[in-house]
Parts: sequence; C-alpha cells; structure tokens
Amino acid sequence: MELVIALSIGILTASGVWLILRSRTFQVIIGLSLISYAVNLFIFSMGRLRSNAAPIYDEGTDISTLADPIPQSLVLTAIVIGFAMTALFLVVLLANRGLTGTDHVDGQER
Amino acid sequence: MEHLAILPIVVPLFAGALLALIDDRHHTLKLAINIAATVVLFAISLWLLADVHEGVARTTTYNLGNWPVPYGIVLVVDPLSAVMVALTSILALGAVLFSAARWHRAGQHFNSLFQLLLMGLSGAFLTGDLFNLFVFFEVLLAASYGLALHASGRSRVKASLHYIAVNLASSSLFLIGATAIYGVAGTLNMADLAVRIPQLSPSDLTLFQTGAAVLGVAFLVKAGMWPLGMWLPATYSAAAPPVAAMFAILSKLGVYVILRLSALFFDESGTSANFGDLVLQYGGIATIVFGTVGVLASQGVARIACFSVLVSSGTTLAVIGYGDAGATAGALYYLVSSTLALACLFLLIELMERGRSAGDDVLAITLEAYGDDEDLMHEQEVGVATPGAFATLGAAFICCAILIAGMPPLSGFLGKFAIISAMLDLGAEGGVPAGAWALIGVLIVSGLAATVALMRHGINTFWVSLDGVLPAIRSVEAAAIVLLLGLGILMTVFAQPVMAYMSMAADTVYARGEYLATVLSNASLGGQP
Repeated sequence: MELVIALSIGILTASGVWLILRSRTFQVIIGLSLISYAVNLFIFSMGRLRSNAAPIYDEGTDISTLADPIPQSLVLTAIVIGFAMTALFLVVLLANRGLTGTDHVDGQER
Repeated sequence: MEHLAILPIVVPLFAGALLALIDDRHHTLKLAINIAATVVLFAISLWLLADVHEGVARTTTYNLGNWPVPYGIVLVVDPLSAVMVALTSILALGAVLFSAARWHRAGQHFNSLFQLLLMGLSGAFLTGDLFNLFVFFEVLLAASYGLALHASGRSRVKASLHYIAVNLASSSLFLIGATAIYGVAGTLNMADLAVRIPQLSPSDLTLFQTGAAVLGVAFLVKAGMWPLGMWLPATYSAAAPPVAAMFAILSKLGVYVILRLSALFFDESGTSANFGDLVLQYGGIATIVFGTVGVLASQGVARIACFSVLVSSGTTLAVIGYGDAGATAGALYYLVSSTLALACLFLLIELMERGRSAGDDVLAITLEAYGDDEDLMHEQEVGVATPGAFATLGAAFICCAILIAGMPPLSGFLGKFAIISAMLDLGAEGGVPAGAWALIGVLIVSGLAATVALMRHGINTFWVSLDGVLPAIRSVEAAAIVLLLGLGILMTVFAQPVMAYMSMAADTVYARGEYLATVLSNASLGGQP
C-alpha cells in the first residue's frame, strides 16, 4: 500500500508541476488541481497508513487500534479550501479570457 | 479583559459578514460600517499594545472554547504580535479613509472583503498553531484575491491571475511542510513543537528540517524573497491604491512568520540551531540588490514603490537571518516605519497621477535621455506660484521618499542606523562577518538608489509647467496620508520609547521561555467552559 500511495503522490505532483509550467490557463488550473490532490493524499498519509482502523474513540477501546484523526480533519479543511480557491481561479481565468481574447497566461500570444 | 485577544478576529469577521448581506446600493451605509469596524479594531489593537506594554506578564494566551493546550486552538498575544496587529489596524484605517473618497464604489463587496482581509491578518499574527496559521493565510489570501481584482480592468485581471496561481502553488507547499512536521513531531501547536524538536531522533530530525524548509519556501514566497518574489511588483502596481496600501503589510506577514518560527524552532541551544540562517542572510541581500536594480530601472512611481517593498522585505529577512536580538529590534523598527511609508506612497501615487496622462512618466524619462525641449519655455513661467494643494502633495511625497530611502532626520534613517550599529556590534568578539559588511553595503546603496529614483520622479511630477488639470484632493484622502505620515514622524520624535518596545519584543521572541511557559502552562480561563 505504501508503494502505491507514494507512487501516486509522486506521479500526481510531477504531472501537476509540468502542467502549471505550461502557457495555457486551462493547463495551469488542471495542474493546480492535480497538485492539490497529491497534497491531500500526502496529508492523509502523514497520519500513517492503516487499513480497518476507525478514528473514533469509544469507551474502553485500545488507542493503538485507532487511526490518527487529526490528518483526516486537516485533509477535510484542505479539500474545502482547495476547492473554493480552484473555483475562484476558474472565474479569474474566464474573466481573463473574456478581457484579452486569448487563453495564454500572459494575456497575449507570443 | 480576558476575551480581548479574540476580538481582533471576531470584530472584522462579523463586520465582514454583515457587510456582505447589505446590498451594494447602500454604499454610504456600508462604508460607515466599514470605517466604524476599522476604528473599533484600531482601538482594540491599541488596548492590546497597552496591556502588553504595561502588564505584568508580557505574553498572554487565549484558549478557544477553553480546550486545553495542545489539543485546542490557542491565540498568543506577545509584544511582537501586538505590534503587528496594531500596524495592520493603522494601515487599515488609512486605507479605508482613502477609499471613502471614491475607491469603495469601484467594484462589488469592497467593504466586506476588506474586513475579511483584516480578520485573516489579525488571526495570522495572533495564532499559536501551524494549521490555523494556514487557515488564516487562506482567509486573507481569498480576500486579497478579491481585492486585487477590485475595480477590474485588463491589467488587474492579468496580474491577479498570476498572483492567484503563485499563491495556490505556495499554499500547497505550506500544507506539505506543515503536515510533514506533524507527521514527524505529532503536534501542530508551535510551543509544543518547540519543546518536542530537541527530542527527535536524528533521522526524524532530517525529515523535520525538510518539512520546515518546504514551509519556509511558502513564507518566503509571501515575503517576496528573490527569486520567489517576481510576482510581487506586477500585482502590487496593478492593484487599486487603497488595496496596494493594505498589501504593503502582506509581505511583512511572511517576514513575521519566519521570525516567529525560526526563533521558536531553531533556538541557539537546540539541535538545529541556525537552521536556514544563511539562506535568509544571502537571500535577503539578493532581494535588496534585485529591488535596488528594479527601483533604478522603473519608469513609473508605482513600480518604484513595488520594488521598494522588495527592498524592505529583503532588509528585514537578511537581518533576521543573524538571529541577533539587537539587530532584530532595529529591523522591527525599520519594518514598521517602512510599511507605513510604503502604504502612504501607494496612496500618494494615485493623487499625483490624477490629471496626468498615462504615458507621462515614460515620456519624461525619454526626454531626459534625448535632451529636454522645455528649457526654452522657462522664462515665461517665472513668478507662477505653486498651488497650495500641489505644494502639500509635494511635501508629503518628500517625507515619504525620505522615510523610504532612510535619510535623516526621519524614522527610516533611525531604523537603518539601528540595524547597522547592531551589525557592527556582531563583530565585538572576532571581527564583523563578511556577510554583515555586504548587508551594510547594500543597505546604504539601496537608500541612495531610492533617493535618486524618487527624486527624479518628484522633479518630473512637481517641477513641471502646470498646464494639466490640478489634482482635486478630498479631505478624507488628505486625512489618510496625514495619519500614515504623521505616525512615521511620531516614530521619529518618540524614537526612544518605540525602540525600547521593539527591543523588548525582539528579546521576548528570542528568549522564548516566557512564550513556551505561558502557552504550555495549560491554564484554562476562569469560569465554565
């Protein structure tokens, strides 16, 4: 499982970085989305990967059988914020397209 | 009052929420609420400052929901965060007064976004927890995206596109850094982290330092350190003037976080003492050099102001890199004085450019380079008095230029003097380090460059034949400028008490014992949770 998670974070990040260095605004926003997926997976994995472990404490449960709840709440916050920011970026992207007539990040074709 | 620490966050939050509900047609009412909330924030921040200054304990904490540290969220008021909140509220007062003349009507939701920006800034200065720092960063960034787009237009949308993309990427770095630190140390509370770092095993320590370095890059992007600050001049020069004045403190937020975290995590006695200091020292010097070249090369005053923001961040970053309390006290004094002056310059620029056509600056410089035909007309102008408003504007511009360039007699000079004198004291035992000499050199040269560039534009703006339309200045706009400049001048007059306060702030940050003891003493507030 560790290998699969590590590989997917790596591939998502690499694709994202490549895309945000491209010149079209749409590629940039997809790149930023991929990076935020990679970051979300990374946050999740920082609580150590475990299967079949709930993050909910019940009276008398052995704590060592539980998953760490903090990265799960952090990732929830990060998803919400990332989603809102991507939506906002999309609006600015469309405004830029409308004002300049091109989807180049600098507003003009080279 | 025990709930005072939460008020700088709650007041703008409620004001911003209320303002979002009111229709934009009632703009006078919205403006009145905005100004009232900003004045309340100003009063609260002065109260905090007075409490910290006179109180028995300089550091106080506030546990949100009365949850015990380190499980709950904690706010920490210490001399440094109190002075930063006060600076935020003063800039906000200047910016909101200036916007009252006309800018608040230039687009939708200016007032609510403005209050939310204040909420994010106060929260980021007061929080004692890494993840809440992220949340407050996002609050203020979201508001700043909206404000950067305020009044719209092609150049603003284009600059905002770059600004948002850069900040989204740096927010990802922030998250990676913060969670990597959590993965190693198992806590996000800054004070708890500071205690746990010395107990880490060597392999964990490497991971922790990697996380801290990634986190540091995110803050250095905000602070605009070379080569991470290329987005800054375009965004700041495109933003509406009151917004640009507020943005002057955004880059200082990056500097503040770097200072706070490096003092807490990498103290002299710990396992990772001086971590990242060289990056700050030489990166700061590179930023000053880049900013200085930019100041000299700029054709518009707005660009000069933007590159001066870089010079100011670079100076504070480089000084913080030495981790010396005396030098940091000077840097804090310089930070406050230069932020006030830069905010004031952003406001002045708009007044100066009213009644001038867009290409005037470029034209003036081209004329300088290719010979000036105006010499022929000079005889006819003898005896024409400069109108009062224009002369006042000129005087304000000179004050601003002196503050930014760090020339005597105003506070910019005192700040630079304090930094240089502390740098020379570093060499008390065995010679001043080479990096410190380099810093002193670029500091002096950057002041000279700012003088040359600002005076050139002052001459081109104020010593020309007045055939254009004279700028009409409203009294609120003048009040905003008088407020910001007046504080700069007051800092000069009361230099001794201000400097003493900054020394206390720097000492408290570096001593860190008081911070750790207060936060971790687990003291819940009195009364029922």
